Amino acid sequence: MRAYVEGIGLLGPGLPGWEQSRAVLTGDTTYVASPAVLTASPLLPPAERRRSVPTVKLAMAVGAEALEQAGRDAATVATVFTSSSGDPDTLHQILEALATEERDISPTRFHNSVHNAPAGYWSIATRCREPSTSLSAHDESFQTGLLEAAAEVAVDGWTVGLIAYDLPYPEPLSMVRPIAGTFGTALVLVPQPTDRCLACLDIELSRGTEPIDRMAGVRLEALRVGNPTARALPMLAALARVCTGGAPEQVVLDLPPSGRVIVRVSAPC
Amino acid sequence: MSIVSSLGPGQEATLDALHTGRSGLKPCSFETVTLDTHIGEVAGVNDVRLPDNLASFECRNNRLAEMALHRDGFAEAVAGARERYGADRIGVFLGTSTSGILSAELAFRARDPQTGALPAAFSFATTHSTGSLADFVRHRLGLTGPAFVVSSACATTSKVFANAARMIAADLCDAAVVGGADSLCLTTLYGFHSLELVSPTPCRPFDAERSGVSLGEGAGFALLERANQSPAAGTVHLLGAGESNDAHHMSTPHPDGLGARLAMERALASAALRPGDIDYVNLHGTATTYGDAAEDQAITGLLGTCTPVSSTKGYTGHTLGAAGIVEAIISVLALRTGLIPGSPQTRILDPALRSRYLTANETGRLDRVMTNSFGFGGSNSSLIFGWAA
Repeated sequence: MRAYVEGIGLLGPGLPGWEQSRAVLTGDTTYVASPAVLTASPLLPPAERRRSVPTVKLAMAVGAEALEQAGRDAATVATVFTSSSGDPDTLHQILEALATEERDISPTRFHNSVHNAPAGYWSIATRCREPSTSLSAHDESFQTGLLEAAAEVAVDGWTVGLIAYDLPYPEPLSMVRPIAGTFGTALVLVPQPTDRCLACLDIELSRGTEPIDRMAGVRLEALRVGNPTARALPMLAALARVCTGGAPEQVVLDLPPSGRVIVRVSAPC
Repeated sequence: MSIVSSLGPGQEATLDALHTGRSGLKPCSFETVTLDTHIGEVAGVNDVRLPDNLASFECRNNRLAEMALHRDGFAEAVAGARERYGADRIGVFLGTSTSGILSAELAFRARDPQTGALPAAFSFATTHSTGSLADFVRHRLGLTGPAFVVSSACATTSKVFANAARMIAADLCDAAVVGGADSLCLTTLYGFHSLELVSPTPCRPFDAERSGVSLGEGAGFALLERANQSPAAGTVHLLGAGESNDAHHMSTPHPDGLGARLAMERALASAALRPGDIDYVNLHGTATTYGDAAEDQAITGLLGTCTPVSSTKGYTGHTLGAAGIVEAIISVLALRTGLIPGSPQTRILDPALRSRYLTANETGRLDRVMTNSFGFGGSNSSLIFGWAA
């Protein structure tokens, strides 16, 4: 499956946006893991802005960055949202409330708890009526989201915003499901090359034993292993190098039980 | 294909209920819930035991899935497909909104009073995690193809048909297991109650006195394969799928049903059909005042007022993330048997609604049926099934 990249969004510890993070990803600048800062999206109407939870803030920030870079009207772009789980704080609060006698859940908290809450807020903010899928596959959520987005581009010819995000849970859930850092990334994928294209991705499934790509630096590698969405880091690093004139690269992402997602990253033309 | 709902396990139990007008809704006595409401609970879920090697997946949602996997010859059909294509060429694209969250609800009640720690037996990855359902089903059926869970609220197990069709078209697999499971839990019961969307009586879609949803649970699966050039007689095809967003509100549909209509228009376009080609529509029809009115606008605007339509949520309750697959299977059963189900409990149609809504069963030859699923957050999906040409 082939898809062209028109825009990239990134937000994580020490990774405050795609442009600001490229030198870190290429290895030209030392990585400093300062915490990611989340703010409510200015795209949202005031009422929704007040209600937006961390996952919504993260997903919308990376989505908006990628769409802006692509120069696309978000209302015309289909979306794939992928994450290993819903909003961690909301989930914790609901589970705590349900463990009490009163079992008092607020309507806002409940609607923020659904896995597709970021997709809902995004469509409201962008007035987008194009199809949107919210999916999940535990530690493989990014990889399967990439497959789905690429299939939409290759089979249906859609322009697709792939928006991936994962945040840590509060305790006690963090003990049973540890997630490191706040990490989100987004790609705008299109079926044909345009003059705004940054790179070309050729994506296929493999049943081979190709070694999984890792990050060279210890701290970025810890982030890759610790946060499901950060499994994207080797591909983002390849994109950073190819976008600055580097040679084409092949990236191997894990897809258990016996698979690999092979992504060949090359210049757009 | 296989189905489990409060109507009973399997296609026969489902058809029997539709023929005789037997609803699965009962006064709520689920777990420790104290809400005054009716629910569609599946009998015997707690008695289901997963095989020893998959014991870590034990939770209500995966037990419901297990019930459906072993009904209607489904597991055997998948085994046959595995022989034909190979385990790595069959994808698993399932939907759930609840996953096994009931396990986490119970674990939070049993937290250590001193340390706040969750019980050691609680396994997040195999029960609560949204992806656990696909992981369980893939293990249970011995499949190694690509797998994920779609969690787009109540459109979820309808949307997976489109995901699977794309994956097959992209040649990432030759066949796919689609469907999913959603199980009763406190989060959805108390959550929908907080939104004041839950009816105290069994739900009455399109009735003048409708007063909200009855929640239910269910599971179902279908095996989707690439269309054969010369299909066997009686083969049912997925003719079209349409997806859209309302872009309106998190928990209220667009008042004019714009998103709903767009999903139906896209399904018709992908099937290369016209509105008049649809013989029956299984509505989303949740029995909320605004939801039914919006869907009625979309239906009458696109299909007019002659096409028979009904909601079967008066039978099963709103099975939330499972509604798409439960109602897709009911729609295919209607296609196969010619039984067009009327809506139980609906007595006096809301005069403001103009669709040809059936309150009693009809029979007749059906060639193409449509089923609608609209979700929280404004996610819409519409599917069209028909006979292989």
